[in-house]
Amino acid sequence: MPEDPVYLDHAATTPMLPAAIEAMSAHLADVGNPNSLHASGRHARRVVEESRETIAQALNCSPGEVVFTSGGTESDNLALKGIYWARQAADPARTRILTTSVEHHAVLDPLLWLVEAGGVEVEFLPVDRQGRVDVEAMRDAVDRGPGSVALISAMWANNEVGTLQPVQEIVALAAPHGIPVHTDAVQAIGTVPVDFAGSGVDALTFTGHKLGGPYGVGVLVVRRQIEVSALAHGGGQERDIRSGTLDAPAIAGLAAAVELAVKHQPEHATRVAALRDDLVRRVVEVVPDAHVHGAPIELGAGARLPGNAHLGFPGCEGDSLLMLLDARGIECSTGSACSAGVPQPSHVLLAMGCTDEAARHSLRFSLGHTSTSADVDAVVAAIGPVVERARAGSRRSR
Amino acid sequence: MSGGVDSAVAAARAVEAGHDVTGIHLALSRNPASYRSGARGCCTIEDANDARRATDVIGIPFYVWDLSERFHEDVVEDFMDEYAAGRTPNPCLRCNEKIKFAAVLNRALDLGFDAVATGHYAQLRTGPDRSIEMHRAVDHGKDQSYVLGVLDQDQLAHSIFPLGGSTKADVRLEAAARGLLVADKPDSHDICFVADGDNTGWLREKLGDRSPHHSGPIVDESGEVLGEHQGSYGFTIGQRKGLRLGVPAADGKPRFVLDIEPVSGTVTVGPRERLAVDRIIGRSPRWCGTVPSRLEGTVQLRAHGDEHRARVRVGSAGVEIELLDPAYGIAPGQAAVIYDGTRVVGSATIAGTSRAS
Repeated sequence: MPEDPVYLDHAATTPMLPAAIEAMSAHLADVGNPNSLHASGRHARRVVEESRETIAQALNCSPGEVVFTSGGTESDNLALKGIYWARQAADPARTRILTTSVEHHAVLDPLLWLVEAGGVEVEFLPVDRQGRVDVEAMRDAVDRGPGSVALISAMWANNEVGTLQPVQEIVALAAPHGIPVHTDAVQAIGTVPVDFAGSGVDALTFTGHKLGGPYGVGVLVVRRQIEVSALAHGGGQERDIRSGTLDAPAIAGLAAAVELAVKHQPEHATRVAALRDDLVRRVVEVVPDAHVHGAPIELGAGARLPGNAHLGFPGCEGDSLLMLLDARGIECSTGSACSAGVPQPSHVLLAMGCTDEAARHSLRFSLGHTSTSADVDAVVAAIGPVVERARAGSRRSR
Repeated sequence: MSGGVDSAVAAARAVEAGHDVTGIHLALSRNPASYRSGARGCCTIEDANDARRATDVIGIPFYVWDLSERFHEDVVEDFMDEYAAGRTPNPCLRCNEKIKFAAVLNRALDLGFDAVATGHYAQLRTGPDRSIEMHRAVDHGKDQSYVLGVLDQDQLAHSIFPLGGSTKADVRLEAAARGLLVADKPDSHDICFVADGDNTGWLREKLGDRSPHHSGPIVDESGEVLGEHQGSYGFTIGQRKGLRLGVPAADGKPRFVLDIEPVSGTVTVGPRERLAVDRIIGRSPRWCGTVPSRLEGTVQLRAHGDEHRARVRVGSAGVEIELLDPAYGIAPGQAAVIYDGTRVVGSATIAGTSRAS
């Protein structure tokens, strides 16, 4: 394999920013539990609290609203189950949860688990061909019985096709009824502007390793007025809704990454979108029937993540493309999750109205802070022969 | 790459031989959770992860190919049909013929690869006429040429068996030396899609109405009913254990399954000498190279079975095999693999046998 891979899978994970590595490394050798009362403990606590303040400032929330977790999946579980249980306990009539049909598995699966546990009805609202949720359908679902809606969860930006969801419009229709809104913003922080207070959402998930911070640490930003039942019980370190000794070095690294990612978001988005547009244009020149899934890139920054190029290559198997590109040192994704590596057609693409076949012929290139025009050149040079090979492969298997 | 030690070492050796190698793990279950748990054979998530780790140690790409539909149609359905018809199939041969050296090989060729390398123990050599010959492995205890006896010249020309010249013990040592953590993983023996090795239980559940008889009589050769069984698919010609006949035979000798008649559901038992067979008719022959018209050589009639000296004639009726000494417990549905010395000539599915008089 080539020495330096062309890494175009930043939506899966992106390299840590040097400043984040530095901030994290600076504390790795320190002893001190942030909850201990002695000097070492106080020092660790200071690292955690200063990090909390840095994050709060970057996202326009108050420090008390920042709850540290182990990452996106835990934050989503805590928001969905924790808010649902608390809302249900306060009023047993609240038995419905509304969400979109294109959520990440970290949202889908806890909701399906709640359904199986009984007593909950989850409505997965349809999306249009671009992957944008039908706000009118959401409004109708609320109007059918506002008092029975415990929670609405809608992602800020889709991880597969990059479509931005109308979170503000959802907040606007939920707010009059006092229905809390959660958003999974894992893909959004540092790539599009995110203002927690300004957005009006009640809870927001993000994670370190998607924005240049470390793995294994994330945040649920949640308003103080929102009751959240704990999932894991213990020392109650984080507002009594999340237990476990805090990882001060990782939290310091996370804060450094959030601060920089948010500060540089405008120029980062402009630079990465230009590379992405170049990639799409030149790939389509080589493979004329290749097409973009999700919001058209012409719609601009308000419709789609700047670094996401989700492309369909008719007549190809996505996993064949992935393999052939990997063999040429180009790393991307089919965009859909799998446990044993068996590709399944993406529920996101199926919800957008793609056929099973179209859902399988897709590739996701996601660009990030280390991407360069040389990466784009490498894809453009490889894609023609790769698509030709993959087409030969799938013709035979038919 | 199954996730086991053999395919991991085979991949590492292929890399060392200068090939550009990509690791492929086959997902063969339509519902992985339904297959056996624990890392024992293949097809579990643990096995896929073991294979993935091995490829990272070796430094090659790794992919999972989903061939579950093809596997179900070509191997699992065939397995069920054969048992329902009173025969004893060998699904590993079917898998090699239809999946590993057909569906996988064809897809690989289309994607620009030249060959499939596996961890099977068999040796390939170029013969005097430039054709590819397959020979038994150096390690006779591990030799797997029997389950590869279905491969034709075209398939052999695109196959690589890097382990055929080694013993299993050496392969394990080499795996450990290479830092492949699968070195101590136990060998798999059972059928990969049958959890816990409980063949009869699996068949009872899966066959459903396809098996005409879930119970039937066990009779002796005179037709006297000796007992009842819970499905003729639970029996194999030559089987001795598990007959559950309360009364011992009059002569005190052990009894064996002589015949399975699936239409009436009758299982016939009798003494061992009545299992003796010296003529076998084979159907669906597969030849590794040139089709022989006549041959004196040996045949192997089950996996890890003995070699039997035989005269083989290929005619319009199929493959006629005459055994020079009688063999016992030969089950229709198994493969007869024909050897000339150590060289595999070809194979046929045993359709019928006749008893030495």
